[in-house]
Amino acid sequence: MRAGASLARTGMLVGGFAFLYGPMLLLVVYSFNASRLVTVWAGFSTRWYAALTQEAQLMASVRVSLLVALLSALIATFNGTLAAIALVRFGSFRTRTIFAGAIYAPLVMPEVILGLSLLLLFVALGIERGLWTIVAAHATFTMCFVTVVVQSRLVGFDRALEEAAMDLGAGPARTFIAITLPLIRPAIVAGFLLAFTLSLDDLVIASFTAGPGSTTLPMRVYSQVRLGVSPEINAISTLMLAVVGLALLFFAALSRQRGD
Amino acid sequence: MGPASNVRSGRNWLVIALPYSWLLLFFLAPFALVLKISLSQSALSMPPYAPVFDWSDDLRAIIEKLSALSFDSFAGLFNDSLYVESYVSSVIIAAIATILTLFVAYPFALAIARSSSKLRPILIGLAIAPFWTSFLIRVYAWIMILKDEGLLNRFLLSIGLIDAPLGIFATNTAIVIGIVYSYLPFMLLPLYAAIEAQDPALLEAAADLGASPARAFLRITLPLSMRGVVAGSLLVFIPAVAEFVIPDLLGGSDTLMIGRTLWNDFFLNRDWPAASAAAIVLLLLLVAPLLVYERVQLQDQEARR
Repeated sequence: MRAGASLARTGMLVGGFAFLYGPMLLLVVYSFNASRLVTVWAGFSTRWYAALTQEAQLMASVRVSLLVALLSALIATFNGTLAAIALVRFGSFRTRTIFAGAIYAPLVMPEVILGLSLLLLFVALGIERGLWTIVAAHATFTMCFVTVVVQSRLVGFDRALEEAAMDLGAGPARTFIAITLPLIRPAIVAGFLLAFTLSLDDLVIASFTAGPGSTTLPMRVYSQVRLGVSPEINAISTLMLAVVGLALLFFAALSRQRGD
Repeated sequence: MGPASNVRSGRNWLVIALPYSWLLLFFLAPFALVLKISLSQSALSMPPYAPVFDWSDDLRAIIEKLSALSFDSFAGLFNDSLYVESYVSSVIIAAIATILTLFVAYPFALAIARSSSKLRPILIGLAIAPFWTSFLIRVYAWIMILKDEGLLNRFLLSIGLIDAPLGIFATNTAIVIGIVYSYLPFMLLPLYAAIEAQDPALLEAAADLGASPARAFLRITLPLSMRGVVAGSLLVFIPAVAEFVIPDLLGGSDTLMIGRTLWNDFFLNRDWPAASAAAIVLLLLLVAPLLVYERVQLQDQEARR
């Protein structure tokens, strides 16, 4: 009976991972297909990767996406960390409910609603839409994720260390920089990476808040995907998967080394 | 954290001022705007709605205008069968997909949680890694698989299991498959956390007392993981109701889901008041599940302290 249970478990694991990774694997395999007909295998070729470098628009949207992700993640990390400190350390204050509500709501708020409401704001304020409006929109919906990550680290934090620093004469600012910040740094880095990835991946909110000259990579890919399956999209997709895969491996190795 | 530590913490209001004002400007103010525009008439101009309030209005003017508020957009929503059907079919599709995701995720989470303690972190890491990859690309992969001339049909035709394409692509079935696939990590993580936290001694005790594995599962493992089931289901259901990318790419032209109807009204028909009213109703529709989710999260936080 024990062997049977173990067999069932192995079967479930194999099936589960095949379901999760199979479709992505197929995408990668067929990006090396020589045929333009995506689903008919006609031999190995890297021609679609070579074709990608010819697409200036695509390269421009990669740059827009990276810039938006970097800027919005920086703002989100800053704001999100401060918000986490306020939530954990300030105890109860007036309008705390509104503040906490506004922090947690975007975590589960449908993207179409966030995108729509931000677009209406930019129109009402008379702000021309472009790179900066996407940055502001992304910084808003990603800061909540940063807050949650940093908050969980702050909750399990030994306050005695800060009190010791203060007893030794360090002011609040100095205590924060010398003690608090280094201790919550892993959470801040994790929050930044999460915000960066979420921004890079977002299609819906960016579509609402983008202007004519600021097309992000998901927006470009989406407009091509709507026209149907193409080997070029398979090639871009494979490259995007490769970047994320390598980054994940890198961080897995890093955290293993640190023994986290 | 006692009151004494609050005195020492030196609450600096500058800490909260920045994130607070950011959220006021970019999260709370936009909501007031959506409400305002949903109550205005649509107009053929840019922006395509007639303003309700002017910043320069005095109080009396505001009261006058309040009595003249237009509920046309809301009335239109409920008279428009397109919207009513969109809401109904969104909820049905999301509910079916959520239940299926639960049935796929539960045994998967159980298998991971019952693996050796050395393997567990690697397995759960692998299971949620797809969350970090592009959502759009993962949905796109299923177009390639499900299309009539796609990989699944080609494979089934070549081994002679079927003699005509299945015709799954561009149907609600394709949307459900897309949701199950894309949101699986959201269901897996809370389930895994709830199962993994259980004391294995409970199952041993049940076995010692003569309970069969099935009975032990039904009486111990399942009830103890209910919090994970609720949290995971809401994490899948709430975004799935408002999903845009999946119905747009995997659904047919006749597929009605509210996220897509709203998007089309906004970008194609340029009816901003109608889209805003639709957003408000969608939000009201999701208030109950959102509140339940907040409650579960709160209980979880308390329990961990």
